[in-house]
Amino acid sequence: MKIYVPLDSAAKALGADEVAEAIKVEADKRGLDITLIRNGTHGMVWLEPLVEIDNGAGRQAFGPVSVEDVPALLDGKMAGLGKVADIPFFARQTRLTFARCGIIDPLDLADYEAHGGLAGLRSALAMSGPEIIKEVTDSGLRGRGGAGFPTGIKWNTVMEAEADQKYIVCNADEGDSGTFADRMIMEGDPFTLIEGMAIAGIGVGATKGYVYLRSEYPDAIRVMRSAVKVAQQKGLLGADVLGSGKAFDMEIRVGAGAYVCGEETSLLNSMEGKRGEVRFKPPLPALEGFMGRPTVVNNVISLATVPVIFEKGAAHYADFGLGRSRGTMPIQIAGNVKHGGLFETAFGMPLGELVNDVAGGTASGNPVRAVQVGGPLGAYMPVSKFDTPFAYEEFDGQGGLIGHAGIVVFDDSVDMLQMARFAMEFCSVESCGKCTPCRIGSVRGVETIDRIARGDAAAIPLLTDLCDTMTDGSLCALGGLTPYPVMSALTHFPEDFATAKEAAE
Amino acid sequence: MQTQTPAIPDTEIQAVIDKDLHLEAPLLPILHGLQATFGHIPDNAIPLVGAALNITKAEVHGVMSFYHDFRKVPAGRHVLRICRAEACQSMGGKALADETLKLLGLDWHGTTANGAVTIEPVYCLGLCACAPAAMVDDKVIGRLDKSRMDKILQEAGA
Ligand SMILES: Cc1cc2nc3c(=O)[nH]c(=O)nc-3n(C[C@H](O)[C@H](O)[C@H](O)COP(=O)(O)O)c2cc1C
Ligand code: SF4
Ligand code: FES
Repeated sequence: MKIYVPLDSAAKALGADEVAEAIKVEADKRGLDITLIRNGTHGMVWLEPLVEIDNGAGRQAFGPVSVEDVPALLDGKMAGLGKVADIPFFARQTRLTFARCGIIDPLDLADYEAHGGLAGLRSALAMSGPEIIKEVTDSGLRGRGGAGFPTGIKWNTVMEAEADQKYIVCNADEGDSGTFADRMIMEGDPFTLIEGMAIAGIGVGATKGYVYLRSEYPDAIRVMRSAVKVAQQKGLLGADVLGSGKAFDMEIRVGAGAYVCGEETSLLNSMEGKRGEVRFKPPLPALEGFMGRPTVVNNVISLATVPVIFEKGAAHYADFGLGRSRGTMPIQIAGNVKHGGLFETAFGMPLGELVNDVAGGTASGNPVRAVQVGGPLGAYMPVSKFDTPFAYEEFDGQGGLIGHAGIVVFDDSVDMLQMARFAMEFCSVESCGKCTPCRIGSVRGVETIDRIARGDAAAIPLLTDLCDTMTDGSLCALGGLTPYPVMSALTHFPEDFATAKEAAE
Repeated sequence: MQTQTPAIPDTEIQAVIDKDLHLEAPLLPILHGLQATFGHIPDNAIPLVGAALNITKAEVHGVMSFYHDFRKVPAGRHVLRICRAEACQSMGGKALADETLKLLGLDWHGTTANGAVTIEPVYCLGLCACAPAAMVDDKVIGRLDKSRMDKILQEAGA
């Protein structure tokens, strides 16, 4: 009998390690011969720890399983969820990037291959650099880290640059609240990222890769480090990638707790052992990146999506989506939500459908009031904008952004003035300090919002002016986009900014 | 409140530095190595790191001070990181954090008088679908509430 208990941090945070331990003990007591597999998560966090049992007739899911449930689980007395693939939240998805996550043993390369792994790299190894770039360009893949820049164009710049050494740097700094897709795939299907980086390296002529992984993710660091070791031992990484004669190797580097280091030039400074200050562009990292050499900087999900593009073909991937947003997006639904987790789907599903249908509304059962999309620099969307299709241009058109595709749901107890204040405070804590409007403006922003809270209506136009200054005078999106959450809160929820004096009248 | 830490011999520090010197751009890995080994970056490590990498003490210090992770003095025996970010706030994380700090009579970054626990803010642990979240040392905790928090603090000896 095979038993699957996820090793994903969200599952662990809900007791998966303790459940796995209890399963071993109780199986022993019963003389059951079990194989315990620590898989990744399928992404239905509200059902974690989600345990699957395979008695030879396919995997049956149970969850959430507590330590107390384990005897009943092993005695066949616990009510089940059936097959994972039949759970509505899962059945509605289109899993391309996350096809294997939750299914395989994350560190078993043979299991990875048996589920379509390495097919993409093998076909890329038979192509020339320009052919590889063309495939990525044709897929329509855009950067999943936030800015949505076409991946093929970036790769082409690096490919065409002349240098004795080029690099692939994976941005695994995932600092946005409400996001965990990078973490989930690194913990649940790390070879996908390694394979994607190898394809990138071979495509642009880079022999060395780095993953810059935030220190807040100790579990992901452990899994990625182990996966790189396995990949090196099995010849997926090294001087002769899968016997092709081409070289690509990689290393995991750990961040040090600075949100701004997710910005690509700050990240490069940090990797070089400098303060994580943002650099002026140009020069583009593609031309002068890590150690001054041509460098591809891509988000984890951008790179982890590359293998499936090469496995199934660019056209297959590009077939999904809406407008200029091609393919699928792993949307992370979080916060005050009934069914939170990762939902990979073609671009274009309306925001309201994601929040109300897919995720079932709030966890508290109270009405949804606001939804922040795209992390701490994303706008707060009111319910009146719920028909906005989840895609790059469509959100942009509504004064928002999808960023790394995190959705944070708030119920009607939220105080939007406090959320605006938090956005300013966050900016002041995390500012790299290079631009005055960001460094000082955010501190003034907190003070100004406090004045509004105390009933000073004259402070409202000051806040608007301050936001304009930050937008115009900031080098990067931290200072430049903090006005998004602040102004969207003020615009869509003015009642929370009504001054105390007005309220008294 | 912070007790004087006994000086760590230069030879021990040098050994940690030497382990990562072969890396490309080794400063961050070295600082992480020092902190993992000694619980902080000892003062006497700064000139040694500078000498090993051929940079000034001021540069080493400038890098160290930029990042939230690196400490000049050791933390308590356990570090409790409480997430302050938006998804956790949406599930009552702020009230829980405020209450916890008040109960312990601490501010963010503070350490209990008995040296058991240091409380650090963190901005997202990627556990936003099981908020509010926290981390004790390397152990992640989701769907935190008052009673789980009490248990964590008790187990940590706060
Ligand atoms: C303040 C700030 C934080 C960012 N954080 C991240 C991050 O954590 N992960 C990420 O992939 N991109 C982040 N970005 C975007 C990167 O600068 C860059 O656009 C991205 O890594 C490029 O990869 P992509 O094209 O694959 O998205 C951030 C940008 C800014 C301004
Ligand atoms: S906007 Fe803020 S974080 Fe970005 S470069 Fe300027 S000071 Fe640094
Ligand atoms: S916001 Fe708290 S874990 Fe992400």
